[in-house]
Amino acid sequence: MDELKTAIQSSAAHGSDGFAVRRRSFLKFAGATILATTAAGLIPRQLWAQATAGVNLGSGDVGVLNYAYALEQLEAAFYTKVTASFYSGINSRERQYLTEIRDHEVAHRSFLKGALGAAAIPNLQVDFRTVNFSSRQSVLTTAKTFEDTGVGAYNGAGQLLRDPNHLLAAGRIVSVEARHAAMLRDLLAPRSAAFAGDDIVDGFGLGAVMRPSEVLHVVAPYIRTPINADNLPKA
Amino acid sequence: MNTQILDLIGNLGTDGASASTTRRAAFQQIAKGGGKIALAVLTPLAATGCALVGSAIAPQTGLAIETLQFALLLEELEHGFYVEALKAPGLIPSSDRAVFEQISKQEGAHVTFLTTGITGIGGAPQAAPQFDFTGGGKYRDVFSNYRTFLQLSQTFEDTGVKAYKGQATNLITSSALLTAALRIHSVEARHAAEIRRLRGEKPWTGAFDEPLSKPQVMAMVSPFIRRPATSST
Repeated sequence: MDELKTAIQSSAAHGSDGFAVRRRSFLKFAGATILATTAAGLIPRQLWAQATAGVNLGSGDVGVLNYAYALEQLEAAFYTKVTASFYSGINSRERQYLTEIRDHEVAHRSFLKGALGAAAIPNLQVDFRTVNFSSRQSVLTTAKTFEDTGVGAYNGAGQLLRDPNHLLAAGRIVSVEARHAAMLRDLLAPRSAAFAGDDIVDGFGLGAVMRPSEVLHVVAPYIRTPINADNLPKA
Repeated sequence: MNTQILDLIGNLGTDGASASTTRRAAFQQIAKGGGKIALAVLTPLAATGCALVGSAIAPQTGLAIETLQFALLLEELEHGFYVEALKAPGLIPSSDRAVFEQISKQEGAHVTFLTTGITGIGGAPQAAPQFDFTGGGKYRDVFSNYRTFLQLSQTFEDTGVKAYKGQATNLITSSALLTAALRIHSVEARHAAEIRRLRGEKPWTGAFDEPLSKPQVMAMVSPFIRRPATSST
């Protein structure tokens, strides 16, 4: 907790020098593309690097929570798009489930953003060009990938956290992600063993666990903003 | 077989000193199985697992053993429940059998894993108590009425998820054991979601799952633990 508070305070202090605010409003005004061609010389080198090289998750518990926050941003953005225009042939139950999953992911995103405070990474730019949102198969398969990856990510991240409160917070989220994953797998292969399939649960009955580098590799095609996870605690 | 589980536990460890080449090699050997680790096909490995796992959790061994014993009790309960249900004629419709065979298999694997893990860190796994799945007569038709069976199944799985969540912080000093517990926790959540779906319920209760303390969990499961005749009232 102290570590997080310290990080939040130092991050807030950093923001108060005015650069962060100026950069944010400038980006809002100009947009990244114009910025790249005309404004490179107008902002400090370090901020320029941040704006173009993506986000750094940070270190310690803050870094791990930002890592989770990045994944929740991705999921929330995905289901927001799914529910904005459902795939053709959707039934009422699937509509209800996908809407509720969206609400869960938005709640997770808000929760983590609130917990991180000023230490939270900015909003990530997502890229769903490879998803066919009018296709049930494409949407559900992508959703399954995100949920299974999220579960594996949280399973691997627990050991990186030092504060028991953060561990519990992650635990309150991960089992809901696992429920999502099981449900999506059941929609794709009803009443089979797929909900906890041998592809995701090993012979010891242990669910998949993924390192941050593996997770970020899986989600990389869906996130345009480069993510730097170099400072995360090492397992 | 036990040694391989211990090596797996050991390799889940994150302590700097624990990255021995022996264990790394063991893990790579296991990983060659393509991620699907079948107990039966594991190659025998050096019998160093016990000591390594023991050293990894030394500071809080007592608490870790107690926590794993508690988890083992819940897994024994679940596994016993599904083994009996799968044997009960006409209980589980053939359409749903694959689901419960998968769950039973995984609960059995959890029992094996925890039993070995407890031994590995110097504990003596408690023998499973005799269970009374009628809950003292409250659910007399548990193995003849599918609805009753599903109801109890959901109770056990949802309780299991909450129980692991409530115990996770007890294992925070051991990366290996914590990670193993989290991985089991996520599988229990998958089970819970699937059974809820079979019951026609939503697979979740909300955006966050809440933990239960050990006394809360014991209050829930104790009606299903048969007490010795001498202590009954």
